[in-house]
Amino acid sequence: MTIKFKTISNGEAIPIESIPHLPFDEFSTQAVEIITGGGKVVQFFAFQTDNTIRLIGVLRTDALLVATCDVPERYPALTTQCEPFHMFEREIAEQYGIIPEGHPWLKMVRYHPNCRGVDDAFGNDYNEDIPGNYDYYSVAGDEIHEVAVGPVHAGVIEPGHFRFNCIGERVLNLEIQLGYQHRGAEDLLLKADPKRLAFIAENIAGDTSVGHSLCHSQAMEALAGIQTDDGAKIIRTIGLELERIANHVGDLGALSGDVAFLPPANYCGRMRGDFLNMSLLLCGNRFGKGLVRPGGVRFPMNDDNRRDLTARVSELKPQVQHTIDLLFSTSSVHSRFEGCGTVSRSDAEKMGLVGPAGRACGLVYDVRRCFSTERYEYLHIPENAESTGDVYARAKVRADEVMQSIGIIEILLSRPAETEIIDVAEMVLAPNSFVVTLNEAWRGELSHCIITDAEGGILRYKVKDPSFHNWNGLSMSLRNTGISDFPLNNKSYNLSYCGFDL
Amino acid sequence: MTESILLWAFALLTAPLFAGVIFKVKAFFGGRKGSPLLINYYTLIKLFKKGSVYSTSTTFIFKLGPMVSLGTAATALLFLPIAGQSPVLSFDGDVIFILYLLGLGRFFTIAAAMDTASPFEGMGAAREAYFPIICEASMFMILILFYRLTGDLNLAAYFSGAQPFGFWQTAGSPMLFIIIAFFIILLTENARVPVDDPATHLELTMIHEVMVLDHSGPDFGFIEMGAFLKMFFYASIVSRLILPFDLGHPALNLALFSLGALIVYVAVGVIESIMARYRMDLVPKFVLTSFALAFFATVITLEFIK
Repeated sequence: MTIKFKTISNGEAIPIESIPHLPFDEFSTQAVEIITGGGKVVQFFAFQTDNTIRLIGVLRTDALLVATCDVPERYPALTTQCEPFHMFEREIAEQYGIIPEGHPWLKMVRYHPNCRGVDDAFGNDYNEDIPGNYDYYSVAGDEIHEVAVGPVHAGVIEPGHFRFNCIGERVLNLEIQLGYQHRGAEDLLLKADPKRLAFIAENIAGDTSVGHSLCHSQAMEALAGIQTDDGAKIIRTIGLELERIANHVGDLGALSGDVAFLPPANYCGRMRGDFLNMSLLLCGNRFGKGLVRPGGVRFPMNDDNRRDLTARVSELKPQVQHTIDLLFSTSSVHSRFEGCGTVSRSDAEKMGLVGPAGRACGLVYDVRRCFSTERYEYLHIPENAESTGDVYARAKVRADEVMQSIGIIEILLSRPAETEIIDVAEMVLAPNSFVVTLNEAWRGELSHCIITDAEGGILRYKVKDPSFHNWNGLSMSLRNTGISDFPLNNKSYNLSYCGFDL
Repeated sequence: MTESILLWAFALLTAPLFAGVIFKVKAFFGGRKGSPLLINYYTLIKLFKKGSVYSTSTTFIFKLGPMVSLGTAATALLFLPIAGQSPVLSFDGDVIFILYLLGLGRFFTIAAAMDTASPFEGMGAAREAYFPIICEASMFMILILFYRLTGDLNLAAYFSGAQPFGFWQTAGSPMLFIIIAFFIILLTENARVPVDDPATHLELTMIHEVMVLDHSGPDFGFIEMGAFLKMFFYASIVSRLILPFDLGHPALNLALFSLGALIVYVAVGVIESIMARYRMDLVPKFVLTSFALAFFATVITLEFIK
């Protein structure tokens, strides 16, 4: 069968008419064909145009493939043939009330009414709280016990409800219910004043500010036909890598703390701060907020800053290396990390795990290498794949990435980055166009998708945080794992609640 | 007798200070300044100034838990020869009484945890009930040895005066096994790394801490104080075993004893700093090591005496 999906590139704006509009059955068959042949789902969502609801699928193989179709109110679920559509079909059902018939687990994603005001796909009453109003998956038996954790947690973290079905210390199933932080980010991006868009985008997930603002900016630039200069690209790449390092270092410390091995926990906590302070030097904000804007960056990097950053990186590099060595050479840490929370490669493929969580299971996909943006095409990004899929593998991938990212920053800092600071007041977006952007944020593939209407306004803004894929990975990790190892597994993923909840 | 009571008061007053040493050691390894040595006194004062909050689903058992656990720990110390002095109370067979007195304290802590009907506390209670069973086996193995060596069944006969040195003279090097076994029991009974992590905030991984999550204010103060005393109880025993000398003067003995206790607390702090805790299902094996050590020490020594 010839694939009728159109091949596009990352961050390329194309007219909607040029996207193949297939009959539903053909769309469905082709999409399943691509995914069963080894492809993955990047974006799969519904949008409304002229009173018809359309589905659009962005899939990836070696290239990005896109096609649309009109969707009936009820359709046979793609998930039954092909697991990676699972979360996406639930999301479509929740957002548009379109029912995928035969879906194996048709459950709400974020717990909100659909945007069309049609009957709720799940029969929920949205006046009630989530944990009390949902029939969780349950296991029966004399020795079975159920543990409910959250939505309010012991640490200063975001809200989410976790329901464990256990037999003794062993977890049979973990069900995760999120949605407590649903702010309607996608709708907000449609309604907000155009000047506010960049601010909203970079605040979708506070620990991925640079990632989200980069995805947003690339999409807007593509639609407005703006080119960024090389200097801006260098600074953006440095910003994204600093974000990666800070988060990975912080999480390696937290992993160490979770197994009660304190020295690396303390050192990493301090070093995370040092890396955040480098973002502070770059743009005045420790989390890189306000650095990336459509058109370029808002802060230049003069030679003083560059020298300062270079000095700080070379001072920190041996310290980071030493701490990672300490963590990974301690046998009691090994015994906790190894074999804990294992996800098989085939499960990872089916759930579509991305980022370090996917690479820990042997899925080598990395947006930086596969669909390079900014300066990544000039940089060497190793595959970093581990095969074991356990906490050790996830920690190892992240530790390796920290050292590689430090190397990348050193390379990027070696030459001056001259950039024109631009302040694009009003951007004119191409009408009836479509763009998808992908970037490797620290958790994995992050994607923004914009469809514009006939006037050049935003018709649909779709955000997909890597956590959207990976939360199910955490759930899978806990199968047959001791419940006392949950915090360790959770930290090895450290997924975003607000990035998922939108 | 006055000296014994004074030493008992010394134990009550200094137990929180010794526990503060652990924080300092951990801070040192972590490259931090750490909390002040007197932190535990500040915490206790803070807790006693507060009010307690009780869940409406709990009964009097919940309120009884903290009092019993503090009471039993303080009573157990009455039977312990501190710094080689004879204890305040003593009778033949008191070791078994003390073991089960501490067991009674644990029983009420567990009952209070179950009383809250929280799934976390139930899990903690299950773990807390399981691990000390193995400890009990090794404790009795050690008692068998001590009984065969001295012919007595009371703590006073084991740890007062120059007796601990007598153990070394008759049993010799197997005493090292006994010390390690005691140290493992100490770590298990007092919820330290590598068995439990007293510093974690993650309820799912806790053993002891999770059982007392619902206690607040003075009740929690009682529990903390009880824990300090229990730790001191075990540390004193190890202290007397590693420095089994009688210097002839009570003050010198007390100094030597304090030094021994300090060594034990520092060792606990060092262990918490240089290793991760074990996975929950490996903990029983670790605790069982103490039984194995005690068992071999007993076998070797008894064979030797014959």
